[in-house]
Amino acid sequence: MKKWLGFAAAVAMSFAVTSASAADKLKVGFIYVGPIGDHGWSYQHEQGRLAIDAALGDQVETSYIEKVDEGPDAERAIERLARQGANLIFTTSFGFMEPTLKVAKRFPDVKFEHATGYKRADNVSTYSSRFYEGRYIIGQIAAKMSKNGVAGYIGSFPIPEVVRGINSFMLGAQSVNPDFKLKIVWVNSWFDPGKEADAAKVLIGQGADIITQHTDSTAPLQIAGEQGVYGFGQASDMVAFAPNTQLTAIVDDWSSYYVNRTKAVLDGTWESTDTWGGINDKMVGMAPFTNMPDDIKAAAGKTTAQIVTGKLHPFQGPIFKQDGTEAAKEGETISDGELLGMNWYVKGIDDQLPQ
Amino acid sequence: MDGTQAIILTIITASTPLLLAAIGELVVERSGVLNLGVEGMMVMGAVCGFATAYTTGSPTLGIFAGIMAGVGMAFIFAFMTQTLVSNQVATGLALTLLGLGLSGLIGESFVGLPGVKLTPISIPLLGDIPFIGRILFGQDILVYASLALVVATTYVLFRTRIGLIIRAVGDNHHSAHSLGYNVIMVRYACILFGGACAGLSGAYLSLAYTPQWIENMTAGRGWIALALVVFATWLPKRLAIGAYLFGTVWIMGLYVQAQGLGIPSQFLSSLPYLVTIIALVIISGNKTLTRVNTPACIGQSFVPDR
Repeated sequence: MKKWLGFAAAVAMSFAVTSASAADKLKVGFIYVGPIGDHGWSYQHEQGRLAIDAALGDQVETSYIEKVDEGPDAERAIERLARQGANLIFTTSFGFMEPTLKVAKRFPDVKFEHATGYKRADNVSTYSSRFYEGRYIIGQIAAKMSKNGVAGYIGSFPIPEVVRGINSFMLGAQSVNPDFKLKIVWVNSWFDPGKEADAAKVLIGQGADIITQHTDSTAPLQIAGEQGVYGFGQASDMVAFAPNTQLTAIVDDWSSYYVNRTKAVLDGTWESTDTWGGINDKMVGMAPFTNMPDDIKAAAGKTTAQIVTGKLHPFQGPIFKQDGTEAAKEGETISDGELLGMNWYVKGIDDQLPQ
Repeated sequence: MDGTQAIILTIITASTPLLLAAIGELVVERSGVLNLGVEGMMVMGAVCGFATAYTTGSPTLGIFAGIMAGVGMAFIFAFMTQTLVSNQVATGLALTLLGLGLSGLIGESFVGLPGVKLTPISIPLLGDIPFIGRILFGQDILVYASLALVVATTYVLFRTRIGLIIRAVGDNHHSAHSLGYNVIMVRYACILFGGACAGLSGAYLSLAYTPQWIENMTAGRGWIALALVVFATWLPKRLAIGAYLFGTVWIMGLYVQAQGLGIPSQFLSSLPYLVTIIALVIISGNKTLTRVNTPACIGQSFVPDR
């Protein structure tokens, strides 16, 4: 019994994996909330780590701990990396915010980078991506590709990050078809492939001919592909799961940020910053536009270019809230602060936001 | 595809894995053993089923591998609890942990690969009947297998000598032992059968439901199956009703949400649990019958006198 329990625990627990060792190299550590094999969030962060290895492998040594629960465990894991001599530590989930700050206080000489948080310190930076820029583009594509004028949207939890994505998608769609409809299903999970697939089937059954999602698995797109319905990849390019119906994917790309921040530590120019990067900063990427006519492809490319140059902001006025009040006037843009705490739908969304 | 038909088809795919895993556990518990490792056996079935189907290109071999993975995991449990007489609850929990971890390890190189889908059978003529043709005659083979298992389990448990022995072992292992039945061997067989069903259920997830491998893709379905067995008072017929009721309320919750009626999604997510528990508690309202159906020796270890 004991032996098996021990074995189980050993397998279930996370391992710290270290690659290439040399004493004088800069040590960079990563904490992931999921398995690197989730083909989504943690997978993309791991790609960022590998990019550091590829770019600076001769000066840097990287390591990671995966499947770290948000909570007390996280503090231990972060501290372990710090004690092992890491000079720079990336903690890649919102729930690592407090543990990161606590450990950062005890290790003032170590640099910390926390993803998607909002609390900083002298040795703690924060960073996140403007995924909503990509959602605006896919909203436009959706409205152009849809025959019924109805898209199905699978949401995880009604937090500002997700609500912002829904609004941006809808604003993009409305720029093409003002009467575009959105059916929203919340699955109350980041990750339940079965339930996400069920939601996709139900939405398609109710007339949605575009499926998009803000959950982490490839299941909804796969269902869309099976049933010949168009869809979009989430977090990484998922075209393998729907070769004939993935239109594009919003790809998290942490590589350039991770390489730049590591270089900054090497040069001695690192300081605590707050980064919220978009397509322009190469932190959000669009997978190739596929399975659509050339004119729509060209239009999507144009919108992308306009967002990059700053000519177009997904949240530029006039924007009305669901209840009809004006959120931004003509010529105004909704502020970053408002975007970060977004808890209302734009006009045209029939769903009621769960509070 | 018609909307109602699509919903019924979705309900069937959502209910089948629960029914498959639960029917196996029902037999295990009828023999007096509580195996809390359903989730672990299921997830191992999912990963081995997927890996085999992907490597060989044959979903049939995948199903077989899923079953064998479940049996392998169940054998660990049987050896621990029956031969080494370890605590069943702790061993079952450990089996779940082992399954979740080990499946992640095995499945590492299969993440992000589109799998081989188990295609539904197609019967000419019958399958072409509008509306019900696709529902009744156009499912994949495992849907029919799950229903056949319910019928077969009911028959074997309550109409055959083997069933009588299994129930005797579960109700009073000392008496069964004095009558000359090999309690340990009967329980071994039942545990392995339970593992086969859980493995099959896992293979259903990774081959038919969402044909891909993702870590922890069972997402708690093993635990739902365990709960269904108890609330169905160890009767296969009620188990089938419970599993389909759960699947129906689960899918209807998603359906209602997509209608945009403004009912909180958290409430809709909890509804399948509430409705199923209440419904099964009501149908098993007869206390005497419930006591008769409860395996009296459940969770107790048996050590034959020497």
